[in-house]
Amino acid sequence: MQLFPCPFCGPRSESEFHFGGDAGNHRPEGFRDVTDSEWTAYLYERNNPRGAANEIWMHMACGEVFRMERDTVDHRVAQSFVLGEGGDNGGMA
Amino acid sequence: MTRHYSALSLFKEGLRGQKGWQKAWRSPAPKPRYDILIIGGGGHGLATAYYLAKVHNIRNIAVIEKGWLGGGNTGRNTTVVRSNYFFPESTELYDLALRLYETLGREINYNIMLSQRGIMTLAHSEADMEMAARTVNAMQINGTDAELFGIEDVRRVLPLLNVSPQARYPVFGGVWQGRAGTARHDAVAWGYARAADRLGVDIIQTCEVEEFLIEGGRCRGVKTSLGEIRAERTGMVVAGHSSHLAAKAGFRLPITSYALQACVSEPIKPVLDTVVLSPGTGVYASQSDKGELVVGGALDRVPSYGQRGNLPVLEDVVTGLLEMFPSFRQLRLMRQWAGIVDVTPDSSPILGESPLPGLFLNCGWGTGGFKAIPAGGTLLAHLLATGKHHDVSRPFDLDRFSRGRLIDEAAGSGIAH
Ligand SMILES: Cc1cc2nc3c(=O)[nH]c(=O)nc-3n(C[C@H](O)[C@H](O)[C@H](O)COP(=O)(O)OP(=O)(O)OC[C@H]3O[C@@H](n4cnc5c(N)ncnc54)[C@H](O)[C@@H]3O)c2cc1C
Ligand SMILES: [Zn+2]
Repeated sequence: MQLFPCPFCGPRSESEFHFGGDAGNHRPEGFRDVTDSEWTAYLYERNNPRGAANEIWMHMACGEVFRMERDTVDHRVAQSFVLGEGGDNGGMA
Repeated sequence: MTRHYSALSLFKEGLRGQKGWQKAWRSPAPKPRYDILIIGGGGHGLATAYYLAKVHNIRNIAVIEKGWLGGGNTGRNTTVVRSNYFFPESTELYDLALRLYETLGREINYNIMLSQRGIMTLAHSEADMEMAARTVNAMQINGTDAELFGIEDVRRVLPLLNVSPQARYPVFGGVWQGRAGTARHDAVAWGYARAADRLGVDIIQTCEVEEFLIEGGRCRGVKTSLGEIRAERTGMVVAGHSSHLAAKAGFRLPITSYALQACVSEPIKPVLDTVVLSPGTGVYASQSDKGELVVGGALDRVPSYGQRGNLPVLEDVVTGLLEMFPSFRQLRLMRQWAGIVDVTPDSSPILGESPLPGLFLNCGWGTGGFKAIPAGGTLLAHLLATGKHHDVSRPFDLDRFSRGRLIDEAAGSGIAH
């Protein structure tokens, strides 16, 4: 059982967390001007890195969304951040 | 040297102390140039090489594998083969695979131990039964075999299953596919490798593809740990590692890599002679020829390239299994392992040319591509040989994500993960 650090609740069991996608995956602005390929990139294409990852997670116990930097091979967590802090707004406009 | 496998050759070799068997495949050094390169020596990559040589008569081919043959998901899977999907496109694909599996052992002179023992997908409520009837109707209309089972039929094929009305997930019936079953995973990889090698395909193990050779906007080959290898066309068949290599080729894929685990019990006498899947517990099981119960469940919900698997899912799988079969309570688990699977948003595979011309994709099989190996090989071979889609692979092109034409089997057939 791995512990993930919720910036609000501290270390909690991995099973309390829900993966929310790549940090920085901004919804394209402009409605009709957005091309098919831009929508495809936003909706479906993923970074899915082998190694260092920068991701959005939700802690389902407190309901908060935050950003976490971790390694997808050894599962080591570098740090987690409140959105808007730590130099990246995590894709939340 | 004995090449052909048969009862007679086994007997003759027995008299000679089993010393005359020819190696199943050569281990050549890579040539600087091939007509076609295949990255990944799992089932799909090896089958692609075999069908290129056999059906399209292209012999100057290499398969490049970073580890050992079948050491990826092909040698880690729970060996269930079936074609109980919902959409016509999926039935075309998976039933093609099942039909090819039915004659494969004879065709390649290798016993893949196909055992069409049937799969029982349980229904746990009246509403589940209505969905089961819908699935059975869809499968029959799409031209594959399916039967709607009531509780008495379930009792008959699964005498040890807990069907008590007090069960956490009571059983009402379910979907039966009699032609489904299991096959030996290693044998599928080794059988295709041996057959491809015999047709002249070079199989190169412990050689990792590190970069692509991109010239004039086309893929012209690869840079490997053993040097450059050039080819006119390249097929990328690396399952959970697809995004990693795609990044080197300059594009992203609609894929997330997750660990999928499985485990086996100690071997026991025959107790389970079908495959059973419970959508309620999310657990499926079968019994291997050695007597071990082979058990699997849902994905680990943490994107991962760590080929281990985490404890919470293993706990869920074991408790789910005991919910279904209380009599397995005293069994010991012998082994647990995981593979890195390539999951797409619609739980359907990706087949077709990649955004980098000259590089072709066979990936996105996620948790269920063992059953599809003969079809995945046939279709990628067709793409690599002709540069064009086969009718069966066309709907699975990467362009379905921008056309909005997804084939959502996660919703359609309610596959567990
Ligand atoms: C636990 C588990 C249970 C499963 N159960 C079932 C089941 O019951 N039924 C079913 O149908 N499917 C099942 N699957 C899914 C199935 O195993 C896969 O979909 C299928 O084996 C994929 O085959 P493949 O040839 O595409 O990939 P793989 O067998 O993974 O082969 C890909 C190969 O590419 C190699 N590779 C990767 N990167 C490189 C590189 N850079 N250079 C060279 N080589 C590289 C890897 O080493 C690997 O050998 C299961 C999977 C797992 C993990
Ligand atoms: Zn929290």
